Amino acid sequence: MISFQQVCKRYANGKDALQQVSFQLDVGELAFLTGHSGAGKSTLLKLLTLIERPTQGQIIVDNQNLSAITRMGVPYYRRKIGMVFQNHQLLFDRTVFDNVALPLLISGYSRKDAGRRVRAALDKVGLLSKENLLPIMLSGGEQQRVGIARAVVNKPPILLADEPTGNLDPELSAEIMDLFQQFSNVGVTVLVATHDLSLISRYNHRSLILRDGLLTEDGALLSDHLYDDDELQQLEAE
Amino acid sequence: MKRAAPSRTTSKAAVNKPSVPRGASLQTTTFAQRFTSYRNHHKVVAVESLQRLLSTPLPTLMTVMVLAIAIALPAGLYVMLKNAQLLSRDWDGSAQISLYLKQNISEVDGKNLAKSLERRVDIGRTQFISKEQALEEFKLLSGFGDLLKELDENPLPAVVVVYPTQRDAALAEQLRVTLDDFQQVESAELDAEWVQRLHAMLDLGERLVFALGFGLGLAVLLVVINTIRLAIEARRDEIVIVKMVGATDAFVRRPFLYCGLWYGLAGGIVALIIIESVLFWVDSPVGQLADLYSSSFDLSGLGFGNTLSLFLTSAFIGWLGAWLAVGQHLRAIEPR
Repeated sequence: MISFQQVCKRYANGKDALQQVSFQLDVGELAFLTGHSGAGKSTLLKLLTLIERPTQGQIIVDNQNLSAITRMGVPYYRRKIGMVFQNHQLLFDRTVFDNVALPLLISGYSRKDAGRRVRAALDKVGLLSKENLLPIMLSGGEQQRVGIARAVVNKPPILLADEPTGNLDPELSAEIMDLFQQFSNVGVTVLVATHDLSLISRYNHRSLILRDGLLTEDGALLSDHLYDDDELQQLEAE
Repeated sequence: MKRAAPSRTTSKAAVNKPSVPRGASLQTTTFAQRFTSYRNHHKVVAVESLQRLLSTPLPTLMTVMVLAIAIALPAGLYVMLKNAQLLSRDWDGSAQISLYLKQNISEVDGKNLAKSLERRVDIGRTQFISKEQALEEFKLLSGFGDLLKELDENPLPAVVVVYPTQRDAALAEQLRVTLDDFQQVESAELDAEWVQRLHAMLDLGERLVFALGFGLGLAVLLVVINTIRLAIEARRDEIVIVKMVGATDAFVRRPFLYCGLWYGLAGGIVALIIIESVLFWVDSPVGQLADLYSSSFDLSGLGFGNTLSLFLTSAFIGWLGAWLAVGQHLRAIEPR
């Protein structure tokens, strides 16, 4: 579903954010993307969402070569990707319902037709009773679940999560991960960028580890194998 | 790269059968659905952007007033100009040509000339004023009667006054030139020259109104551009989010375009109110003035057609301003 082939990204300031990164994620696969700050996690997600373009290499998503997508095509491509953000990125002047309905309205659903799907998505994340509230009235964990409902409401084949549990306690983080697991089970390809080692260690999922722009590890490893002691301390300090 | 299921069609089943990973498929819609929803989205956005403007009444009102004044100035001057043109058309009818006959033409010849001229199609009627009549009239009107008694001879020429059938000033001038060439005629003068001067002034005024309209139209455009630019800045975060979840440029642009449209239209409506109020205010002095000149002149307003084009033009300028502002700034706002 997602395939990186020898992808390099060099920013205008000369910094090599990603070097020769290659990996492949299959349909329905759930993987972690991790590494220290500045290792290239954000860059990789930006390449996947076409916020940035690679300097070299090919990225193929859902049989589509991203280099072939023009500026006009970007919005339509992004509709295939559900995006979950650390800071939720909700519209605070609209209700939970309207926030979740946004991708559907953008894709051309009327509010009426969208309603059923929005409620299904909210039901999935357990917030059906709060559809008429404003996001500000919700807790951090609930806001994140609204973000997830919005990301999956139009049933995208891919779900990207950028530090989805960044501000949440372990219990809430586990709830969020359970949701991702459920989406993965029904065939959604899920990539979770995080430096939350405890989260990674609790699940035996494939982990892509970036280090200074290089993909250093790729496999289902527990956290104590992932890093040497120095790195572990550095990560935990962050 | 492999896919468990090649299907690209929408399927709720994908969610309902967790045991078989088959690749979620994107929700798709038919063209007809999309068209209906496109129309509905326009309606929704139109109403929403209006509500957004009304939710901040004071800043909105101030912007609308600036637009309205800038629109009302040229539009109001245009109305005045049109009224002046109407008035001058009434006066066109008073055009007459005076033929001053040569001193050696006898009264009989003069009367014959007047009669023969009357047969022309471009002349409605003529009036012969003999030397004596002219002198009497002059004595009466000038107040120099006593002085004239001292003269041995009547210095005034006989006059044939010609009333053209056409009310057009240019045709009257043509006729004057023709009559001037008659051998009995010393000189022919068009008494409506001041009407022509008025026409020239009105033409000039019309051009000035258009120049002013163009300049102030540009001002309206700039005000809208700036207002929309601020609106875009205020909603920067929202734009980033909707772009991130797959909004096209058209989707992002739409509320701002409607916002510009509403500003322009509101400016046009308030401008109309201003113009009609001023007309109402000056109506009775104008009526009195007209009475004094025993004219039946009535001030006329913009009228239906002009009102409609006022609204359309101002709405269009608002939309155009928004379009320019959006084109300039929206591209710069991208997710990072």
